[in-house]
Amino acid sequence: MNNALLEVSGLSKSFGALRATDGVDLEVREGETHAVIGPNGAGKTTLIGQLAGNIRPDAGRIRFGGEDITRLPGPVRSRKGLARSFQITSIYADFTALDNVALAVQAHAGHSFRFWRPAREDVSLIAPAMKVLEQVGLEKRSNILAANLAHGEQRQLEIAMVLATGPRLLLLDEPVAGMGTEESQRMVEFLATLKGRQTIVLVEHDMDAVFSLADRISVLVYGRIIATGAPAQIRLNPEVRRAYLGEDL
Amino acid sequence: MINSRTWLLIAILLLLAAVPPLAAFFAQPFYLDLFRRVMIFAVAATSLNLILGYGGMVSFGHAAYLGVGAYAVGVLAHHGIDNGWLQWGLAIGASALVALAIGAVSVRTSGIYFIMITLAFTQMLYYLGISIEEYGGDDGMRLATRSQFPGVADIADPVAFYYLVLGILVFSIYLVHRLVNSRFGMVIQAARSNEARTRAIGFSPYLYRLAAFVIAGAMCGLAGALLVNHTAYLTPEFMNWTRSGELMFMVILGGIATAAGPVLGAAALLLLEDLLQGWSVLPKWVHDHWQLYLGVILVLVVLFARRGLAGFFAGKNE
Repeated sequence: MNNALLEVSGLSKSFGALRATDGVDLEVREGETHAVIGPNGAGKTTLIGQLAGNIRPDAGRIRFGGEDITRLPGPVRSRKGLARSFQITSIYADFTALDNVALAVQAHAGHSFRFWRPAREDVSLIAPAMKVLEQVGLEKRSNILAANLAHGEQRQLEIAMVLATGPRLLLLDEPVAGMGTEESQRMVEFLATLKGRQTIVLVEHDMDAVFSLADRISVLVYGRIIATGAPAQIRLNPEVRRAYLGEDL
Repeated sequence: MINSRTWLLIAILLLLAAVPPLAAFFAQPFYLDLFRRVMIFAVAATSLNLILGYGGMVSFGHAAYLGVGAYAVGVLAHHGIDNGWLQWGLAIGASALVALAIGAVSVRTSGIYFIMITLAFTQMLYYLGISIEEYGGDDGMRLATRSQFPGVADIADPVAFYYLVLGILVFSIYLVHRLVNSRFGMVIQAARSNEARTRAIGFSPYLYRLAAFVIAGAMCGLAGALLVNHTAYLTPEFMNWTRSGELMFMVILGGIATAAGPVLGAAALLLLEDLLQGWSVLPKWVHDHWQLYLGVILVLVVLFARRGLAGFFAGKNE
């Protein structure tokens, strides 16, 4: 049975002499939360960049829902249902929280060559946007400028934007990075509510978050996947333990 | 929901509407001329504000469309075609086409490259204007006749022309207002605010930006048609890079991404220019080196009013 939503094969990318991605094979199944972990500099962000279409791979193939998307630009991948969050929060700081999410809705509501009707009065954008804001718990902050939200709220807002695109696959690049314990706990709890309903690729440094959320884990070291398996297997894998020497898995 | 900035805009437009009767009352027709010029540049600056202020595209070549619009009118008039609908229609259409060509190349770039490419294209047009002897070369030529709108308006009448320009200014401001708040406007503003995020949520910004660039060019082309009728003289100087700089300055001085900003900026720059050059109260050394003093004033305004003149009048979150 082939229920892989995302299939990556032989993906490679070099920056000069550095092989940031070195023949990566990866399969993400429909509905699973698949974590990609690895020490600093393992090439996690380069990998997610290639999946999202921000970085063009040197070799290899990416298939999404059975379709080869290796050469498709980022915006097209997004419209096909591949949505990403960034390691460093990427939102519209000078727009309100509601505007941020409404834009994400708009991006997936046909073309935007509509020049006359005010977008902020368009219920078909505002209503779904409010719903997603409620889902992440920001409904009371909808009219606040995104720049004035707390750091944790900004991360939630970015997740809200990602969800508002109605994605088939979420690519989350370190969603709890830079968060305090309490905030990151809330984020992990929230991501847990998506589990099963959403297919998620989770690139994360925080091992607590990874082991509480992931169905499967792939371990990336020096641009290669050295192991893929259930959390319990990964915890016991000697190669992984070697790569994470000194860290408590 | 009328905020302080909208009141400001309404106040400015009412003041502008009051200029002709006041100028007539005080027998100072010169002010009719001066404020008509202010409004024509306000139309041009409003069009630039669409791409510079809202779209984040710092075009250093916007005077190109003033020139194209002016030449469309001047060239047709030179060949005996004085129908205003045709002339102004051509001004708008030709400017849109030129903007499409320039934009197709430049909108792909950003930052300093965008600035330099838009500047380079405009310089090409400027030298093209200089080189065509038939239309006056670098001396320029008198506009044979003003644009004719038989049965609609007689723009040889200074007051009628004044109010026509005011009407076009109001329409331009309203048009930009509708555009920037539409779905289309949200996309170009989003692309200015955070391009990576905009692409990641599924927008390909290029075509939206290009469309904004073309609309701005077409609007400025109309301003060019007004300008050549205002001066009754066609000259490649309309496309000089210093003019592009002035337009940019009007937008920034007035307050980028605000409706009132370009009008305030155009008024402030042109009135200051006039004041420093001609105001008899000022000593001769000011008249002689008026650009220097203008520069000092402009630097001070930019330093102390970071959000432009319109920023003075706005509340905190407007």
